[in-house]
Amino acid sequence: MRGFLLNRLSQSLALLVIVSIIGFIILSLIPGGPLSQYARDPSMTQQDMERLAEQLGLNRPLWIQYFDWVWRLVQGDWGRSFRDGTSVLTVIGRHIFATLLLMGTSTVIAIAIGTWIGIRGATHRYSMFDYLATIGAMVALSIPTFWFGLVGIYVFSLQLGWVPAGNMYTIGDGSVLNYLHHLILPSVVLSLVHVAVWSRYMRTATLDAISQDFVKTARAKGLSERRILLKHVVGNALLPMITLAGVQLPSILTGALVTETVFTWPGMGRLFLDSLGYSDYPVVMGLLIFSAILVILGNLIADIVVAIVDPRIRLA
Amino acid sequence: MSQLPTRECQYERRVLDLSDRAAKSVRSLNSQQDVPMPLKGEDTLMASSIQAADSQDVALSVRDLCISLPGGMERAFAVENVSFDLKRGQILCIIGESGSGKSVTANAIMGLLPKVIRVSSGAIHLDGMNIAGLPSDKLRGLRGRVVSMIFQDPLSALNPLMTVGAQIDEAMAAHGFGTPKSRRSRAIELLTEVGLPDVQLMYHQYPFRLSGGQRQRVMIAIALALEPAILIADEPTTALDVTTQAQILKLIRDIQRRKGMSVMFITHDFGVVAEIADSVVVMEKGHVVEQGSAVQVLQSPGHPYTRRLIAAVPHLTGKDRIPLEAAGKAPILQVNGLVKTYRSGAKWFGATRTVPAVNDVSFDLAPGRTLGVVGESGSGKSSLGRLLIKLMDSDGGRILFEGRDIAGLSEAGFRPLRPRIQMIFQDPFASLNPRSTIGHILTVGPIAHGMPSAQAREEARGLLSHVGLDAGAFGRYPHEFSGGQRQRIGIARALMFKPTLLIADEAVSALDVSIQAQILKLLDQIQRETGVSMIFITHDLRVASQICDEIAVMQRGRIVERGPPSQIFLNPKSSYTRELVAAIPGEKPEHARQASANR
Repeated sequence: MRGFLLNRLSQSLALLVIVSIIGFIILSLIPGGPLSQYARDPSMTQQDMERLAEQLGLNRPLWIQYFDWVWRLVQGDWGRSFRDGTSVLTVIGRHIFATLLLMGTSTVIAIAIGTWIGIRGATHRYSMFDYLATIGAMVALSIPTFWFGLVGIYVFSLQLGWVPAGNMYTIGDGSVLNYLHHLILPSVVLSLVHVAVWSRYMRTATLDAISQDFVKTARAKGLSERRILLKHVVGNALLPMITLAGVQLPSILTGALVTETVFTWPGMGRLFLDSLGYSDYPVVMGLLIFSAILVILGNLIADIVVAIVDPRIRLA
Repeated sequence: MSQLPTRECQYERRVLDLSDRAAKSVRSLNSQQDVPMPLKGEDTLMASSIQAADSQDVALSVRDLCISLPGGMERAFAVENVSFDLKRGQILCIIGESGSGKSVTANAIMGLLPKVIRVSSGAIHLDGMNIAGLPSDKLRGLRGRVVSMIFQDPLSALNPLMTVGAQIDEAMAAHGFGTPKSRRSRAIELLTEVGLPDVQLMYHQYPFRLSGGQRQRVMIAIALALEPAILIADEPTTALDVTTQAQILKLIRDIQRRKGMSVMFITHDFGVVAEIADSVVVMEKGHVVEQGSAVQVLQSPGHPYTRRLIAAVPHLTGKDRIPLEAAGKAPILQVNGLVKTYRSGAKWFGATRTVPAVNDVSFDLAPGRTLGVVGESGSGKSSLGRLLIKLMDSDGGRILFEGRDIAGLSEAGFRPLRPRIQMIFQDPFASLNPRSTIGHILTVGPIAHGMPSAQAREEARGLLSHVGLDAGAFGRYPHEFSGGQRQRIGIARALMFKPTLLIADEAVSALDVSIQAQILKLLDQIQRETGVSMIFITHDLRVASQICDEIAVMQRGRIVERGPPSQIFLNPKSSYTRELVAAIPGEKPEHARQASANR
């Protein structure tokens, strides 16, 4: 176990270094840069611009900027936003709750419904339910999320007026009910795709498990179909799903770019888009590193959970 | 077979014992009533049928059973008009090739048929009650309690996520038997009964820690948990090594005798039948072609199909093959001190485990000869094959192929030699790409090595007819062929390269005995025609004795004995070889006779 963790740690560090270098290079290749928005301002003189570049450290060679950034990061300083000077961690902290709320809700919905649809599709293979679930999943996967979002807003907000069209809460009303009211539409729209993905994987995993010999053994013992399904089939089918959940975990915290934009949801996805628009390098780099760490953690947690659940790995 | 008279005596003794046995199994059925269990509908049925059972000695009776297949299959019925009786306290072997309907019959008795396959007519009488067409919950109440079943592949028959103890416990709990505490002590008792070591520890063990033979013992323990009257064993030893097979056969026979259980034993191997059966039912393409006592069927088979099946069983010849030409040419392959060690565990940090797979192996092979490599699983025989064809790099030693050391060659350096060493794989179902036509499978390799495609196609057609397939096979896909035909395609594929060395890794192990015999004959014929050398890797000594000029017995990565078949089978020098030879099913009589004749 110690060897395993050490291995993973060294791999993770290498991954972080590679991600940060690529991020830095790509950002520097984007035309314009953080100063371009000031360039159009007639009151900014050339001296002002140079002073600003000096202040932000942008006049140094790229590799020095990178090492400076890494050195600060190692010390726990994620830098300050170019926009308003707040620290990057504070900026992330401000947006993470909104994303966690939206993504957490939709993920719970997706896993619950997707697992159910997947198992039922597998146990009732080629039934009407299975065909409808398959077609439904294909539709949900092939139509872009923003379209669902816009249709949802048109029908349920504009025509029916059941739910608000955007934002996380009504200003001046911070009640839980108000939050939930705002949460319904975006979380349902977002879970459509996740249900589709999750149910397809779950169906395949369940079919794999059902065809295993030990299911026949369970029948030969005279177990009830219900117990065979719950104890023998689902347990084994969920094993590969843990890995999938680990891959999806980072997105719970890094947010959904499109959905958050459509519903003007103040989460991490929109923060990323906005920061890119402002060439707010420290925030963009902070978000990149943040999501890379989450990817690593997600996979690590999935591997650990699989190892705990699967005796073949736990005890080997 | 000199042992048969004794068997006959046993048989007679057994018939005399039968009334006693029947009484015992009634007792065991009655003991079900003693345990706290809600009296369900079928229990009253069972209770009433026990009266009837007293008057007859038949545990299970199948009458005119027809099981229909869904439309579009090659035949309308999986089995048709099948009738047989399983007598109390006897072992009935149902023998037939794949597709004969023997497993379908067993599954019908268990009520485990897939939904699309159903019993269309006929009756299955269990203790006087017809269970064909019984509602599924009634059948479920019988499964595991009155009729139990064990399966072919013990590696996949246990749930990998549950402990051995939990899986035994579950079989009892499903029928409301006992309390958790009493079930636990019963499970421990069962584990002891099937001969597993460290039962307290075994109870908490997960299946992956157990060997194939141990897992099959666990399966038997599960099947025995509720003292069923009938045990159905569906090829329970086919996937096991010979020595393990012998142990499991002995276990099943011992338990059957001790408990007076009735066993329906499904197999395709007449060697196993000779070892274990009291009576035999021979099935072909869904029909019973012959049935009778084991002695009768084995000694004077009436139906040509039975005779063919018996003749197909490979026997230890004990005779050496006549080499096809004068030896004296330089060996085509010389292996010196070959070593391969598997390392597992972390690459950079942490402890690594090492397993010596191939340990200081040396031999040489003359042109046109066949060397058999025989051993149990884990003996390193397949690793050796993989080293020779360089699918894996060795850790030490030399492999001189036609005088040139290929052990140290890089992949690129070996590539020109690759066509000369070809492999025939074990699983004819997995080793052919299902999306390629046979023609493509045969020609893609040679064309990649520079053969003009017109020539490749012509040679492929020629080879297909040579291995006994019609030329129409060229444009068809693998799924259209049977296992034996696919193995012929695999052989044709290997021959496309005009190799000088063929490595056959368990090439006939997945096939029925009758098909085995045909493939062995084909390989022999090809060797005589082309003069190709062969390394024949197998766990089956009988098969090795059919085709090999020399046999190397491997154990734990080492060659423990090497010599011509006559030495290996009749005068084995190492104790391990003796053990292997003794374990061969249905061979002891002949071996004993030949050994005494040799003295």
